[in-house]
Amino acid sequence: MNTRVNDPMLPRSFRVQRVRRETYDTFSLELKPARGNGGIKFSPGQFNMLYVFGTGEVPISISGDPLNPQKLIHTTRMVGPVTQAMGRLKKDDIIGVRGPFGSHWPIELAEGKDVVIVAGGIGLPPLRPAIYYLLKNRDKYNKVILLYGARTKDEILYPRELEQWRSRFDLDVHVTVDRGTGDWRGNVGVVTTLIPKAPFDHTNTIAFVCGPEVMFRFTVIELLKRALPHDCIYVSMERNMKCGVGLCGHCQFGTTFICKDGPVFRFDHIKDLLEKQEI
Amino acid sequence: MENIEKLIAEHAFFKGLDPKYLKLLAKCATIEQFDAEDVIYREGKPAKGFYLVLQGRIGKEVNVPHRGPITVQTIEEGGVAGWCWLVPPHNNCFTARAYEKTKTVAMDGECVREKCLEDQQLGYEFYKRFTNVIIAQLQATKLQLMDIYAVQS
Amino acid sequence: MVQQSKPHPDLAVLPRKNLQLLLEAIKAMGYRMVGPIVRNGAITLEELDRVEELPVGWTDSQEASTYRLQERRDAAIFGHAVGPESLNRFLYPPEQRLSEATRSRNGWKIADADRQVQPLAFLGVRSCDLCALGALDKVLMEGEYADSGYKSRRENIMTIAVNCGNPSGTCFCTSMGTGPKAESGYDLALTEIVESDNHYFVVEIGSKKGEELIARIPHDTASPQQAASADAVTAGAVKKMGRSLDTSGLHELLLRNIEHAQWKDVGTRCLTCGNCTMVCPTCFCSTVEDFTSLDGAAAQRTRKRDSCYTMEYSYIHGGSVRYSPAARYRQWLMHKFATWIDQYGTFGCVGCGRCITWCPAGIDVTEELRIIRVSEILDTMSASTKES
Repeated sequence: MNTRVNDPMLPRSFRVQRVRRETYDTFSLELKPARGNGGIKFSPGQFNMLYVFGTGEVPISISGDPLNPQKLIHTTRMVGPVTQAMGRLKKDDIIGVRGPFGSHWPIELAEGKDVVIVAGGIGLPPLRPAIYYLLKNRDKYNKVILLYGARTKDEILYPRELEQWRSRFDLDVHVTVDRGTGDWRGNVGVVTTLIPKAPFDHTNTIAFVCGPEVMFRFTVIELLKRALPHDCIYVSMERNMKCGVGLCGHCQFGTTFICKDGPVFRFDHIKDLLEKQEI
Repeated sequence: MENIEKLIAEHAFFKGLDPKYLKLLAKCATIEQFDAEDVIYREGKPAKGFYLVLQGRIGKEVNVPHRGPITVQTIEEGGVAGWCWLVPPHNNCFTARAYEKTKTVAMDGECVREKCLEDQQLGYEFYKRFTNVIIAQLQATKLQLMDIYAVQS
Repeated sequence: MVQQSKPHPDLAVLPRKNLQLLLEAIKAMGYRMVGPIVRNGAITLEELDRVEELPVGWTDSQEASTYRLQERRDAAIFGHAVGPESLNRFLYPPEQRLSEATRSRNGWKIADADRQVQPLAFLGVRSCDLCALGALDKVLMEGEYADSGYKSRRENIMTIAVNCGNPSGTCFCTSMGTGPKAESGYDLALTEIVESDNHYFVVEIGSKKGEELIARIPHDTASPQQAASADAVTAGAVKKMGRSLDTSGLHELLLRNIEHAQWKDVGTRCLTCGNCTMVCPTCFCSTVEDFTSLDGAAAQRTRKRDSCYTMEYSYIHGGSVRYSPAARYRQWLMHKFATWIDQYGTFGCVGCGRCITWCPAGIDVTEELRIIRVSEILDTMSASTKES
């Protein structure tokens, strides 16, 4: 009996089609199944467990186009041995993929509303699939605003795409850096400073926020100051993961498992837990 | 000739200020426009006053030897640039440079200080607004200090 | 879903001298038998064949951070409480190979690990441990994803439960509603009765498998007196529980007190050694380890049991989310008595008392919970005194 299909712990082999160096420590892998043309159907905000043979496995958000799942894209930052090994993969190398897992950005709830997307640093890749989807169905939404903060101009991800998006008349894009170096003449300041003046209607807006926990906590404070209700804000949480399928216990956050109840959470559902330390 | 009083009244910083004070403050104000890359004021030089940004962007820079100027903050429409004129030794803390074509209302520091001394109520209104801006900026600066996007080792 | 067993209306009775026949019948049905034995000063679970290997004439004395074996004055076989091990070790082993990969010409080939499963029969399982099995079933088999290793082992087991007559100083199954009498989930349940001139087992049949098993050996129907003696054993056990715990509103109590000072207090005593997680019959946390052969031609993935007490457990690039012992203790205790309910609908604790016995610092979960409950009551009282 072939347990391969049923066993959630068995990775599928995918082949690296393309490696793109995004910044000095961040790269994107474009993957295709090693056998067949399956692809992975996913919803924006979900993640895969990526396995570098012999080294280890890590959870990485999917950052490709959900309407074009044949091209599986993962933008990853090198922060440890597995992601560093992943950064050394070349075209035609094999990588193991399990997924997709987790909850998604509730784009279905955004119809007829203003959509505010706030991304900090490596928080932009998990939001990109949502942006792609919103743009492909643009007329279903009112204003679409993207606020993106990066550390320095050299750490801005997807700069060419950002330029394209910024040139659209139906998309409000503001990029800021924490520190302005060289010939950067754009906004300098943390991404939270972009919120007070963002042109959204607080009575009819949904917000998707992604980035380091400190960044999204302060971002939410600014959104709440703009009178955005608690249940209109969605954030993406992160915790240690070993299985991605709710069996190993590592990703627990209070009553929830980040791998199955998250990573995307409605803010009011986890507000109390976020206020406490070491949960 | 543009109505400076109206420009001051419409700026976010002076929102809600009693019109009689707007009239007073207009006496300390002039419109100043800058092209991209113009230096508005230099770090260390005596501070003349502050700038209400109406359009454009001003960058606050610190010059670091062998690294060049680092921008620590930018001020856009609705913001105010220049605070160090308020406290002794009344010198510019940073260098301010226009990053694009920028239109401002320049407020003369000494003039504003005098008017605040003459009418303490105006002084109170001014410092109240000033405190709000400083607290928000300090909060943002602390977040910048935390370097939240850095990889912890 | 594991078939729920309902107790057979008729009770059987098995004389002590026929117990070996029962063991042999189990083997004849194709099972490897695991039961309690005395080893290294404790009653642990091992494979066995003969009644003589069981802890005949042994009992245990358990208290916080204390476990001692003592000789009984009679020849009771199951006259003891639970030892440090539970079925957990056999059904969700400390190490499980998940997959193996070998380098091929154009990449890697992955293969599922070989899962040889020989059916296991467990002799002497207590009601608390049966309930723990039910809890693990919910976690490992009834979620969106199931653990295939656990599932394949679990579905093939046979359980010969024993109704406790000698609970230990750390037992509190009555408080958790998990014993001492086994209610379901067993094939046969034995209640041992040792009288001066008579030593026998009253047997309850809990499943078709159990029926088939008992049919293979000579036995009688239990008389009303024998049935009554069995009831007396369990009734006696209820009165002899070493610990108790008030579970009313416990879930909400804990969620209200995430920042209670008691966590810090227990944090000064807890060594984060993880013993509690090793002996707990419901703990399931695991990690995955990767190995490569030296020549890089083969890679393996192995699941290993893990403990939420380690610093690695909650590590995310740069540090551990739960870096203080207090936070790690809180995670474990709150999981068992609060968040498990949100996740699986029941408590994660079955009142077996192992964590109390095997904690080298003598930390008692029932005591820690009591302190939090009482302090809340005192706070409420002092607040209302201030108002009046």
